Amino acid sequence: MHAQVEASTLNMSTSESSKSTYTESVSGLCLANLWIAFITFALAAFMGLYQVAERSGLFPKIEFIELYYRSVSSHGVIMGFVLTTFFIMGFGYWISHTTLKIPLWGGKSLGWLGFLISLGGTAAAAVMLFMGEASVMYTFYPPLKANPIFYFGATFLVVGSWVWCLQMVMTMNAWKKLNVGAAVPLAMYAMTANAILWFITSLGVASEVLFQLIPWSMGWIDKIDVGLARTLFSWTLHAIVYFWLIPAYIAFYTLVPKAANGKLFSDEFSRISILMLLVFSVPIGMHHLYVDPFQDAGWKFVHMIGTFMVAIPTLITGFTVIASMEVAGRLRGGKGLFGWITALNWSNPMVLSGGLSLLMLTVGGWGGMVNASYSMDVAVHNTQWITGHFHLIFAGTTVIMYMSTAYYMWPSMTGRPLFSTKLALLQLWTWFIGMLVLTLPWHILGLLGQPRRIGVAPYSEEFTAAWGPYEFLMFVGGVILFFSAVIFVVNLLFSHFTAKAAIMPVMEYAEPMHPVLNIPKLLNGFGFWTAVIVVYMIASYGYPILQFFLMETNGTFPWSI
Amino acid sequence: MHVDGTEKKWVILSFMMAFAMMGILAAYAINKNIHPPSNVETIDSTTLHLSEEFNEDNLGIEKENDGSYRVTMVAARYGFFPHDLKVPVGQPIKFRIASADVLHGVHTANTNMNTMVVPGYISEVNTTFPKVGRFPMYCNEYCGLGHDYMWSRLNVVSMEDFEKSLKEAD
Ligand code: HEM
Ligand SMILES: [Cu+2]
Ligand SMILES: [Cu+2]
Repeated sequence: MHAQVEASTLNMSTSESSKSTYTESVSGLCLANLWIAFITFALAAFMGLYQVAERSGLFPKIEFIELYYRSVSSHGVIMGFVLTTFFIMGFGYWISHTTLKIPLWGGKSLGWLGFLISLGGTAAAAVMLFMGEASVMYTFYPPLKANPIFYFGATFLVVGSWVWCLQMVMTMNAWKKLNVGAAVPLAMYAMTANAILWFITSLGVASEVLFQLIPWSMGWIDKIDVGLARTLFSWTLHAIVYFWLIPAYIAFYTLVPKAANGKLFSDEFSRISILMLLVFSVPIGMHHLYVDPFQDAGWKFVHMIGTFMVAIPTLITGFTVIASMEVAGRLRGGKGLFGWITALNWSNPMVLSGGLSLLMLTVGGWGGMVNASYSMDVAVHNTQWITGHFHLIFAGTTVIMYMSTAYYMWPSMTGRPLFSTKLALLQLWTWFIGMLVLTLPWHILGLLGQPRRIGVAPYSEEFTAAWGPYEFLMFVGGVILFFSAVIFVVNLLFSHFTAKAAIMPVMEYAEPMHPVLNIPKLLNGFGFWTAVIVVYMIASYGYPILQFFLMETNGTFPWSI
Repeated sequence: MHVDGTEKKWVILSFMMAFAMMGILAAYAINKNIHPPSNVETIDSTTLHLSEEFNEDNLGIEKENDGSYRVTMVAARYGFFPHDLKVPVGQPIKFRIASADVLHGVHTANTNMNTMVVPGYISEVNTTFPKVGRFPMYCNEYCGLGHDYMWSRLNVVSMEDFEKSLKEAD
């Protein structure tokens, strides 16, 4: 204990003395990452608006199939890969800086190098997307072939993020050496878990791109096996959503209770949830292949079991967050069964987003149970239900927490108060309402048989007649969301020009109700868990990948769109 | 480590809910034999027309020796062949589908006939259509700029109508 206290006071004083220069330059790296995330987000939100307008059938003049697919591919890549990766890198650097209070391993310059690699890759891929040379959707399934520059660009985006992964892990380790036996602050612990998760899960798509798509699109090899490519992509496709989601959980655990003037209900259970997400989320990707040939039903069943295991940490998280909020509400004088809810300060953006996000998670999680079901998936696979599901969970539940986290971090990064809290509240409400108006009709359209990824619906009238009202609602939802996206970016932008705060605002995290005095080693490191994942991965993906080398398969030539 | 009593109960309940879901799905899989389409069988998509099974003349519906039906189908940009398919209601049918080019998917809306069609592999779906009616059968995986237009019709008819149409065809 003594050593720990001493070490942290020591850190305090060093960071005190070099505060101005050190703080500002790391916040520069964070802001650069975050602004790339949010500028591209605004652009992609505009594409989203165009897409709902096109699909609604209300504006026949803008119905161009080629443009539609160019737009959906760009929107999907930006929202799925660019917004997320850059936001998470920026958030991660800021967490490491504000919780550990030691210099980044490898220095800021290494962070900038990673940033530039990712940015260069993104720019190259974006040019291809905007030129219509890569209208292959954000999943880029072969044998549709994009311009090779698109694959190279995507590779660089990922490679740059690996630099970030390394820095997260090494900085945490450096802190542990300085603070022997002390618990790594929860936010940093979870973000490091996320870095490890991302590294492991990106290996699937990285091998697809490096060993299959790049050589094949360059003409070095004639054919590739599409079954193998899809299997490798599935390795990435599930856990990547947890890479996107964990930052939202970090906000749930450490920022929402703080903003509500409360405490985190349980530090240990938060760690356990994060570890369960880490272990269970990677080896279950084959639920994306439920209706594919080339994988046996037995393997799909195994992955289905794992998929339901990963629901458990989410249920635990729900409990921890609601319990933390209840504690806060009661501290504020809330009485009775529900009195604590009204006692919470809903006019705080972080608290509000926490509540709205949980609501969306509840609805979306229920839909996820359907998709995950081994036997029910055929009813919804590749229908508009799926698009509805992931906009609710990802664009809704997850991104609303990115937004409030940005509001929360901004003052400590810029040294200036937020331009307008009122505008932030309006923005969060409209994002929530817009998301429901967009996605609930999409779920219904899916059940009515509307496929996803279509710009026009030339099917028989008797079949499509029922779609009209829901497509109209979808359009209304899209308009609300676009409005919300614009005021989000404007608020952050204007916040760079407010008057400097008299006292430098600090980034604060919630304390646990029961201080963590001695932390079991297993809940404070990742070595053992990484080994568990490797074994579990070999068990669940070993043979399904190996089989392509054991049986005689016929590859496929590239096709243009 | 501190563990709260209510929290412990919730964790146990969470595990029980997950296990219950798995149990229900396992029970359906084992007792009712409900599995997603998962055929592992390769084919050379570039020479479908030379294969016996997927040769143009052999596409369509056929009665097997055991009285069940088999539909042989090809998915190619931008249509399903045969384009107009008539099948009998309430009869077990095995679809065998191959792609002649890229990735496709077939979904017959409002039924549980839904599978990916992957070049290099043969997809198989075993199903029974319980209702008479006309269903659009459309491609549900982006396959190129004509993807929206890739669909055909499935006509589920009564047994008599089905036999009658077979006679007419002869
Ligand atoms: C302004 C708000 C938004 C609107 C109006 C919108 C609308 C749409 C539409 C119409 C599609 C095409 C669906 C299809 O053809 O099947 C789409 C696709 C997509 N959206 Fe959004 N979206 C919005 C925000 C977001 C956000 C915030 C995210 C995630 C962070 C997101 C992620 C995606 C992805 C990954 C796809 C690609 C789906 C695919 O390839 O099938 N969207 N969106
Ligand atoms: Cu998944
Ligand atoms: Cu298609």
